[in-house]
Amino acid sequence: MNVVRHVLGRVGFYVVSSLFAAIFALPLLWLVVAPFSTKANLSVSLPEQWSLSNFARVFANSFAVRALFQNSVIQAVGTMVLVTLLATLAAYALSRAPIRGRDTISYGLVLFSSIVTGTAAMVPIFLLIFRMGLIDTHLGVILVFTGGLLPAAVFIMRDFVDSIPRSYEESALVSGASHWGMFRDIALPIVRPGMMVVGVWTFVNVWGGFLVPFILLRSPGKMPASVAIYSFYTEGGTPIITLTTAYALLYTLPVLALYLFVNWKYGFRFFGGIKS
Amino acid sequence: MHKRRTILPLRTGLIFLAPASLFIAAFILLPFFWIAGVSFTNRSLTGVTAANPEFVGLKNYLKLFDLSSFLQPGQFGSSLVITGQFVFWSAIVGQAVLGLILAWFFYRRTGWVKESVQTLAIIAWIIPDVVVAFAWSAFLDYDGGTLNWLIGLFGGEKVDWLLGLPLLSIIIFNAWRGAAFSMLLFSSAFGSIPPSYLETADVVGAGAWQRLKDIILPLIRTHIVTDLILITLWTFNTFSPFLLTGGGPAFKTEVVSVLTYRVAFKYFDFGAGSAIGMVMMIINLAFALVYLSLLRRQEGTR
Repeated sequence: MNVVRHVLGRVGFYVVSSLFAAIFALPLLWLVVAPFSTKANLSVSLPEQWSLSNFARVFANSFAVRALFQNSVIQAVGTMVLVTLLATLAAYALSRAPIRGRDTISYGLVLFSSIVTGTAAMVPIFLLIFRMGLIDTHLGVILVFTGGLLPAAVFIMRDFVDSIPRSYEESALVSGASHWGMFRDIALPIVRPGMMVVGVWTFVNVWGGFLVPFILLRSPGKMPASVAIYSFYTEGGTPIITLTTAYALLYTLPVLALYLFVNWKYGFRFFGGIKS
Repeated sequence: MHKRRTILPLRTGLIFLAPASLFIAAFILLPFFWIAGVSFTNRSLTGVTAANPEFVGLKNYLKLFDLSSFLQPGQFGSSLVITGQFVFWSAIVGQAVLGLILAWFFYRRTGWVKESVQTLAIIAWIIPDVVVAFAWSAFLDYDGGTLNWLIGLFGGEKVDWLLGLPLLSIIIFNAWRGAAFSMLLFSSAFGSIPPSYLETADVVGAGAWQRLKDIILPLIRTHIVTDLILITLWTFNTFSPFLLTGGGPAFKTEVVSVLTYRVAFKYFDFGAGSAIGMVMMIINLAFALVYLSLLRRQEGTR
């Protein structure tokens, strides 16, 4: 009797699991198959002949290549460097310096950034960048993303710095290191895993970001991949599916690679805390 | 106990804090006050009122809340109703319940099946918005879409998802997209429950549903509140329905974020766009305050 129940339980587990797997996989199936078919349409059908020619055509399109391998990279890496650097400095100060009301500051920042979101504040953000003369520049996009992502980045980073024992830094100071030297030689190496996580989180957010570049950029030569992907259209105005899906797949790969990397190195839970 | 040595003196700390503070002041605090100012003007993107906007008082707000057209398609009230339905069904019901079911189903299990299903959910959550939107517009396509093909397989009638049931389409889309966050949050909440609590329940002979309802859910109350507020805020502010439907057909999926974009950047009416943005921020603020007060009450009861 117990054996039957056990077997039924196992079968039920696999059936329900497959159902969940299907729910999440089916909408993406087309994206994995269509890029490899020369006659792709909107339906999922295994190509008669698997082919890489769609990718070859994407790589032959200099506008598409530039958007993906230059513009998206500049904007995502630029923001990543800026956010990681500033968040580390700020989080370190909030954790180690006797700043009054530092808990209120950390929570207040996150609270404020969840109120002034990119969608609610799109008009003043546009006007601000316009006033600064940075419309249609990579720098404008980088600055806006940096401002928007910093509060959460400081919060994640402070959590990380707080969890590190202070003894190394204390002994460095006792042995006569300067504050800056202690920060550079002792503290920075210890908090590096936290910086990695914040950096990856920032990169993924900017890489996938659509609204900010969509509003702030004008010339096709500066569009990141998230906006450029909407340009593979025939003269009749219908999207060229073979190219779009191949491009979408290329554009998604760095995100998947980073996820696998973070998951392997630190476990995803840590990374999964906040996503704006 | 000896006094803890200060690792960073106050002055150095403030220097470390300065660059980040500058950015946050410029790109979060300043826009907050700026938007309030612009919302009282007739500022536009081009033309005379772009350079010399005039003060128009509450006109933009009065237009938003003009009761004669408030609930007509494409107007602010109608957009708020759509947003409310979108947030309730896709975030609170869709994401939170799906995430809870996933977390509960795989609770106290290990192995490749759990890993694979959770990884698929996480992939749906982390890949870029535009890619997900492309995949879903194909998935929901009337003629070739995978969903209608599946429905046909089970003998059902084809459904014109994006034109016939557009609001339902973006609701399902967003629930699917964001379920992973709730799943991860609830999984880690379940992980923090001492196993002895459940062993007691086993001894008493409580069923699975009773165990969830009477033991688990009360224990993770704080996590539930956090989850609901965060996904509500994110869903309320998301722009991604625009990528799937563009707000149409006939404004039926025009959530407030998409309305803001249309008014400000398609009609170039920055004053009215700012007024909508201002109301959005006030709603965000209300959510945030409710969250804080709930958390405080939780801490008080401990």
